Amino acid sequence: MTHRIEGREKVTGKARYAYEYPLEAPAYVSAVQAEAGKGEIVSVDAASARRLPGVLAVLSCENAPQLASRSNGELAVFQSRTVSYRGQFVAAVVAETLETAREAARLLRIEYAAEAPDVRLRDDHPGLYRPEEINTGVPADTEMGDPEAALSDSDVQVDVTYTTPAEHNNPMEPHTTVAHWNEDGSLTLYESTQGASTHQRTIARIFGLDREQVRVVSPHVGGGFGAKGTPRPNAVLAAMAAREVGRPVKFAVPRQQMYATTGYRTPTIQRLRLGAAADGTLNAIVHDVVEQTSTVREFAEQTAAPTRIMYRAPHRRTTHRVVALDVPTPSWMRAPGETPGMYALESALDELAAAAGIDPVELRIRNDTDHEPESGLPFSSRNLVACLREGAERFGWAGRDPAPRSRRAGRRLVGTGVAASTYPARLNPGRATARAEPDGTFTVRIAAADIGTGARTALALLAAETLKADLGRVRMEVGDSSFPTASVAGGSSGTASWGTAVVRACEALRERLNGAVPPEGVEASADTRDEVEAQERYARHAFGAQFAEVEVDVDTGEVRVSRMLGVFAAGRIVNPVTARSQFVGGMTMGIGMALMEESVMDERFGDYLNRDLAQYHVPACADVPDIEAVWLEESDPHLNPMGAKGIGEIGIVGAAAAIGNAVHHATGVRVRDLPITPPKLLARG
Amino acid sequence: MRPFAYERATSAEDALARHEDGARYLGGGTNLVDLMRLGVEEPAKLVDVTGLAHDRIERTPDGTLLVGAAVTNSDLAADRTVREEFPMLSRAVLAGASGQLRNLATVGGNLLQRTRCSYFQDASKPCNKRNPGSGCPARDGEHHNLAVLGHSDACVATHPSDMAVALAALGASVRVVGRGGERTVPLGDFHRLPGAEPQRDTVLEPGDLVTAVVVPPLRMPAAYRKVRERASFAFALVSIAAALDVRDGTVRDARLALGGVAHKPWRAGRAEDVLRGAPATEETFARAADAELAAAEPLRDNAYKVPLARNLIVRTLAELGEGS
Repeated sequence: MTHRIEGREKVTGKARYAYEYPLEAPAYVSAVQAEAGKGEIVSVDAASARRLPGVLAVLSCENAPQLASRSNGELAVFQSRTVSYRGQFVAAVVAETLETAREAARLLRIEYAAEAPDVRLRDDHPGLYRPEEINTGVPADTEMGDPEAALSDSDVQVDVTYTTPAEHNNPMEPHTTVAHWNEDGSLTLYESTQGASTHQRTIARIFGLDREQVRVVSPHVGGGFGAKGTPRPNAVLAAMAAREVGRPVKFAVPRQQMYATTGYRTPTIQRLRLGAAADGTLNAIVHDVVEQTSTVREFAEQTAAPTRIMYRAPHRRTTHRVVALDVPTPSWMRAPGETPGMYALESALDELAAAAGIDPVELRIRNDTDHEPESGLPFSSRNLVACLREGAERFGWAGRDPAPRSRRAGRRLVGTGVAASTYPARLNPGRATARAEPDGTFTVRIAAADIGTGARTALALLAAETLKADLGRVRMEVGDSSFPTASVAGGSSGTASWGTAVVRACEALRERLNGAVPPEGVEASADTRDEVEAQERYARHAFGAQFAEVEVDVDTGEVRVSRMLGVFAAGRIVNPVTARSQFVGGMTMGIGMALMEESVMDERFGDYLNRDLAQYHVPACADVPDIEAVWLEESDPHLNPMGAKGIGEIGIVGAAAAIGNAVHHATGVRVRDLPITPPKLLARG
Repeated sequence: MRPFAYERATSAEDALARHEDGARYLGGGTNLVDLMRLGVEEPAKLVDVTGLAHDRIERTPDGTLLVGAAVTNSDLAADRTVREEFPMLSRAVLAGASGQLRNLATVGGNLLQRTRCSYFQDASKPCNKRNPGSGCPARDGEHHNLAVLGHSDACVATHPSDMAVALAALGASVRVVGRGGERTVPLGDFHRLPGAEPQRDTVLEPGDLVTAVVVPPLRMPAAYRKVRERASFAFALVSIAAALDVRDGTVRDARLALGGVAHKPWRAGRAEDVLRGAPATEETFARAADAELAAAEPLRDNAYKVPLARNLIVRTLAELGEGS
């Protein structure tokens, strides 16, 4: 039980976030967003903006320096006249103060040759195509057996379509860059990023620099949820602006601008077809996904990927189709793929349970498997059934009347629901150094990111354990690209990947230590590439079970989650305090997905309308009165030296399905289009 | 953000003297400053009126409540007299915004806050309220939380306040000082329906300063109920301020106002007329609701508000009736 080691710094305001780095005489950037949904920039009239006292530079497609690499269209800032979506950055002002920059930005007159944007995702869009591969590099489509025939031969059949809306990550700290060009031509970025090393590499390529000429500093990051997993245009723009004015510049993307420029989760249309024997044994699973990408670059979310690993069935198919719309490019948002995909799969399982008259916990147990159904690989460990049983026991599932509308509390209908969770246990290569100081302390360095997850604390614990030293003697340093290269904080891979590097570096140091530490200290390093590549072939995934109780007001359609429990099996839990926060945080985000989160697109304009936290609803504390996460002891020798699986994302996976299933149990209404809002229940109640 | 002058007024007279074309009075700034950042409001001058002596809550011998316009929402909701004698008002205020916002926001500013219609808040889009004559994209666009009553072709916005809904039910009035001296405006006449001039939220003339809210005593069971998509920090889909005086099974008096349904807090006078003198039954309550909502003209995506408002009226009155 270790509280996060930088906790005091954070709550006392000492922890420094990107915008807060004090640089001498910084200038400020304000960006202008396209007001056309699609088209070309005809002209940029900056005359009145430039006249404003304090304006240092105006940048746009008319004068921006050419970037060395434009391969990533979202980062090719001001490199063409083409507007690919409304809200794209098309110009920027650099000024002595932020207020001046914003006022000058308002004075810019940009003329467009505009066309009507095509922004509506639909499953009969003529532009739908099969991507070469989907986000994790796996094929878009898979098929085994004869699913169509098997479906029609099955005793019980479910054929349902679910939709999920676009959702935005909304970290508390906006995307921020403070850029400073040094006298030797190198670039320093104080940045809100989930990966200092990858950020460094990308920015260096874009500006034609050697990797070593870019330093990314990001010790504290105020959330990301995937939105800061790849560099966003703010970093390129800030670096470009700083070079233009020959001074450091600060740029924090205003909340409203984040909705077009920092990524979001694609909307999805998912058709689920299940065929089962009368006893619930699955015979066929078909999961067809339709989702969007942009004209700028392809991002195809792996929405049906979890369906490939969850349940046994001899006949199966998964497909992904995307269409390139005039929208910002979707990107990672907490558990991309698993989150929308498991919402649909686990909702369909609930519909199958109802159709077959089988308890939904029992249905999942009956369809458990000891090897990954499509790859045939054995699981390194899989404790889905144990999670379901433990959860059912703790939640009080036994004796549940499966009939909808069977429980009431005054004017409220009460229902309970269950869903399974899963997330891959990934391991990425990386490096770390561990150093024994002459004063008896240790310094451990890795370019990992702590985006609020507790990664720094978990790594410090692993280092202390390996070094057999008190935690207080370990100085854990992360968030700097000048430290040994690390993978991005994404895919729930941080503790496993960085932890392996830290443990190996600390082991190497211990071997070198004999007796007193010399004045210059002793240092050892590790590179885990060989170890990662030598991993045995196993299917590695964490599993979990989510249980939700909801109360639905019969008069108003308001849904409140009165109780929620998650039980997870994710290998060894390194630090229970921060792990619980990760699980509970994911589950809370799942409440948002189930009941409130939706980025509303106006098709006539082509941008998202609800662009602040008053309009884009995420759960408030009052929405989470009783939530708990527990985990099973799980020992898995096939993972990494710690035996840890990732925990950052699994908490959101399945959460929305558990809540939707509970709403159905409470009301008898199956809302298949998230979020489940009062209008949808009132219309059908 | 356009540059602006900032001045602190020391008295109501001083505030009026400092006010000029393009000026705005500044209270807590929780809405106005946001709108300035968004380029929706572009005042040439801010006259800060938080230093005026309008920060007291008083009670006259006949039980009337006088609330200074600079009283914060938090202080109003927490005031002992308000909690004991006007619990509906206290609950309405607490149903709005967040603790942090209520600590800053003033009573005057709460009344004068602008609609949260997405198009109004986005200076890059047309909006008749922000830019008269530019059009109303909400009418055929995103309007799931906009008006079902009293809207016009020009505007379908709602007034976002909770406090004002309670004040409407309470029959409060607003004290205003302007160039023509002091006057009192009944709350029901204070906010306007949009008509052809949606840019005018209220009947205030340029330079008019709200100094206080006057709330007559109300001695019957009362409730405030707010329906929203999340449990806190969300604007009402529909809200209701209701009071019901039932004796011997008959409604002697009733007060009813709805929020989230119109360009102003919607005093449900037709419903009140049905209620007075009628038996205190669900049938009566439903008839009252239907009488009020007969005038509803829902848009494509907000028709749910009509049954929601009906359910809310019937349920709230039934609960008040049971308590009598």
